Amino acid sequence: MPRLMSPMDLEQMRLQRSAHSRLDQPRICICSGTGCLANKSGECAQAMATELEKQGLSDKVELRRTGCYGFCERGPVVVVEPDNVCYLDVSPKDVVEIIETTVRKHEVIERLLYKDQDGSRVRSLDEIPFYRYQTRLLLHANTQIDPTSITDYISIGGYRALAKALTEMKPQEIVDEIKAANLRGRGGGGFPAGVKWETTRKAAGEEKYVIVNGDEGDPGAYMDRSLLEGNPHSILEGLIIGAYAVGAHQGFVYVRQEYPLAVENTMKAIEQAREYGLLGKNILGSHFDFDVAIHRGAGAFVSGESSALMNAIEGHVGEPRPKYVHTSVKGLWDKPTNLNNVETWANVPLIIERGAAWFQSLGTKNSKGTKVFSLTGKVRNSGLVEVPMGMTLRDIVDKIGGGMHPGRTLKAVQTGGPSGGFIPESMLDIKVDFDELWEAGSMMGSGGMIVMDDETCMVDTTRFYVDFLAHESCGQCVPCREGLRQMLKILNRMSEGHGREGDIELLEELCDLLADASLCALGSSAPFPVRSAFKHFRHEFETHIREKCCPALVCKELIHYEIDAAKCTGCLICKRECPTEAIFGAAKTPSKIDQARCTKCGNCQVVCPAKFGAVIKVAGAASETNAAFIGGQAS
Amino acid sequence: MKTITLQIDGKPVVVAEGMTVLDAARSAGIEIPTLCDSKEIKPAGACRMCMVEVTKGTRKRLVASCVYPVEEGIQVVTENDRIVKNRKLIVELLWPSWTALGKSMGVTSSRFEPGLSECSLCGLCVRYCTQVAKKNVVYFRGRGIDRHLAFVPGSENECSSCRQCHNLCSGGWIVTHQGTVEAD
Ligand SMILES: Cc1cc2nc3c(=O)[nH]c(=O)nc-3n(C[C@H](O)[C@H](O)[C@H](O)COP(=O)(O)O)c2cc1C
Ligand code: FES
Repeated sequence: MPRLMSPMDLEQMRLQRSAHSRLDQPRICICSGTGCLANKSGECAQAMATELEKQGLSDKVELRRTGCYGFCERGPVVVVEPDNVCYLDVSPKDVVEIIETTVRKHEVIERLLYKDQDGSRVRSLDEIPFYRYQTRLLLHANTQIDPTSITDYISIGGYRALAKALTEMKPQEIVDEIKAANLRGRGGGGFPAGVKWETTRKAAGEEKYVIVNGDEGDPGAYMDRSLLEGNPHSILEGLIIGAYAVGAHQGFVYVRQEYPLAVENTMKAIEQAREYGLLGKNILGSHFDFDVAIHRGAGAFVSGESSALMNAIEGHVGEPRPKYVHTSVKGLWDKPTNLNNVETWANVPLIIERGAAWFQSLGTKNSKGTKVFSLTGKVRNSGLVEVPMGMTLRDIVDKIGGGMHPGRTLKAVQTGGPSGGFIPESMLDIKVDFDELWEAGSMMGSGGMIVMDDETCMVDTTRFYVDFLAHESCGQCVPCREGLRQMLKILNRMSEGHGREGDIELLEELCDLLADASLCALGSSAPFPVRSAFKHFRHEFETHIREKCCPALVCKELIHYEIDAAKCTGCLICKRECPTEAIFGAAKTPSKIDQARCTKCGNCQVVCPAKFGAVIKVAGAASETNAAFIGGQAS
Repeated sequence: MKTITLQIDGKPVVVAEGMTVLDAARSAGIEIPTLCDSKEIKPAGACRMCMVEVTKGTRKRLVASCVYPVEEGIQVVTENDRIVKNRKLIVELLWPSWTALGKSMGVTSSRFEPGLSECSLCGLCVRYCTQVAKKNVVYFRGRGIDRHLAFVPGSENECSSCRQCHNLCSGGWIVTHQGTVEAD
């Protein structure tokens, strides 16, 4: 067994294996993250293995199945070395050609390269705008190593920070280093990690715990999943360092059940780390003992809250505790417990290895390092992006995200997850920074970033978040449960055209109550989306209430569909595709919509050929006379 | 046992360490309204009716007095505009439960559509059943706005010999629904 008994053993293994990570060796890297696996990267890798075998290249060309590249919507992503060629949207039928052309002849297959907006092709990953403007401190390794191989991780310098921490640093020095780096929590609150570590370190008691929060309950976000899947050892390394610093001998990785690959890869990483003597007794000969267990959570948003998560690990219902003691003092089984987010832990080895001063040099005054975001919504390029703190939201959207889709304009960027807020277009030059986002009425959160265009209705969007929170609240306390129930009712009636004068003020009163009186931070932060929508888009709520009109043409009860007789050629595609048979008309004459039958699913608009564009959304409910007249004709 | 001195509504109060602010206030004859509190059951901090303002050093904040432990030197205010406003809104949210309490605060109707009826999910029956009766027969199901009470199937006998939770139920739900088991 390759048990590493000392930092020297580790260094020797790294040197042995580093040839393996050299980029001048023939190699095919293929993304095996959840996104790409869904797009057949598994089949591609299989086909590659078979083809390499067939061509007698198996021992000359390495096939490496890596973690997530972040550009999931263009996956599977494949990088061929030593030529550093990056292919996107690869399918199993491209495999033979890739091996014939790029691996054997070192030639490029144009059609698989990234195509820039001006039509030019881009050859390497780093030149693709999506990557060019990122600073991938944490995510870079995802694309370099096979996450199931501890030696891959060691070959790129993995566990060196741990060796340094255990042999060259005292626990308090580590705490001081993390404090000096001003690493702030990536899970939502942005609390300084070093300060929290110190509390747990100084708390009374021998038994202490450290925990990785991998609950990641924000809908549509997958920063933590990607790190746990693609580079689990980096999180373990951070956790072991943290355990040593606070004096814990047992740790937990809390991962949501819905992330099977993250669970699998983390479990493998724990097993390998034990085998190599990086977990267990006397780690690297330092006399420090520490082990880790995985806890699979039944992914509920609220179980990501610190005391709820600890309840869940203890085997109770994952609901927040109504207590006023910090978990850093009285946490798991009432023992001092330090909980940090996946991404927070992943930063730790970098800081220990390169020093607080280096980390301090990145970012803004009070926000250091980088932040990973899940960039989604109505932007050209979506995916997982890592940017230095201090980059403007506009640069993220325009440079990395490639801007808006043709013809659309940006309305707002939503950050901070379900209890975050909206940043309107006019404020897009603010920076990615804990305090700036907070001052703008939103928050950093854990890294959700949703781009919204002019076809977004803020009433509907706010309703969506309140609906999510109303259902994801634990339901223990009255302000949160009943407050959200009523907020949802009010927003529902607004979007249905039954909003009343005074509704906005009533919602504001409820926001105040939730912020003041909720049992946990889910409730006290739930007002964020509502308040920020009011702050920047109050007029839209007023229009819904007073004019019964949805300016963005989203709220179903406040719009109807019509067919423009001047544009309709009577091709009858919409008639065929209408699920409720609400469209009538004969070939070659303009069709009509029976408003009484129409459920406003919008399918007709989708299927109407773009060259006609004859189906239009119109503000206001269908007029009575129109509905009666057309309905009468149709039946 | 160690004692703690704190101020409640300007009055110095001396109590044993480990007590809650709510109990400390009661011991000094100061009433704080509660909906989910009962002597023999551990507090849950669920109704938030008992929120008071605590000043500790320079920090002032609202806390649930039923779960906030007394601390040396803190100042507690049990009623001010903000606290009263919150309490009234809580009563409105639970309307038509707690109408009597509401009336004592000057709340005679609610601006909200009824959300809950009979049961305001205070959880007294659930906590009594687990902590005192130790039967674990009635429990909460669902989360958020779907949260509701349910009985463990086959529990009718357990209940017929106990029924102590009936005395705790203000809305009467437990009395009418005992023995009913919801289909999965
Ligand atoms: C409702 C709710 C959900 C949360 N979900 C998560 C989560 O999924 N992941 C996470 O790391 N933190 C989550 N948090 C924040 C945690 O309570 C805690 O602050 C965090 O894990 C601490 O780590 P950090 O300081 O490294 O960010 C949530 C908080 C609340 C109130
Ligand atoms: S899963 Fe492949 S790029 Fe994300």
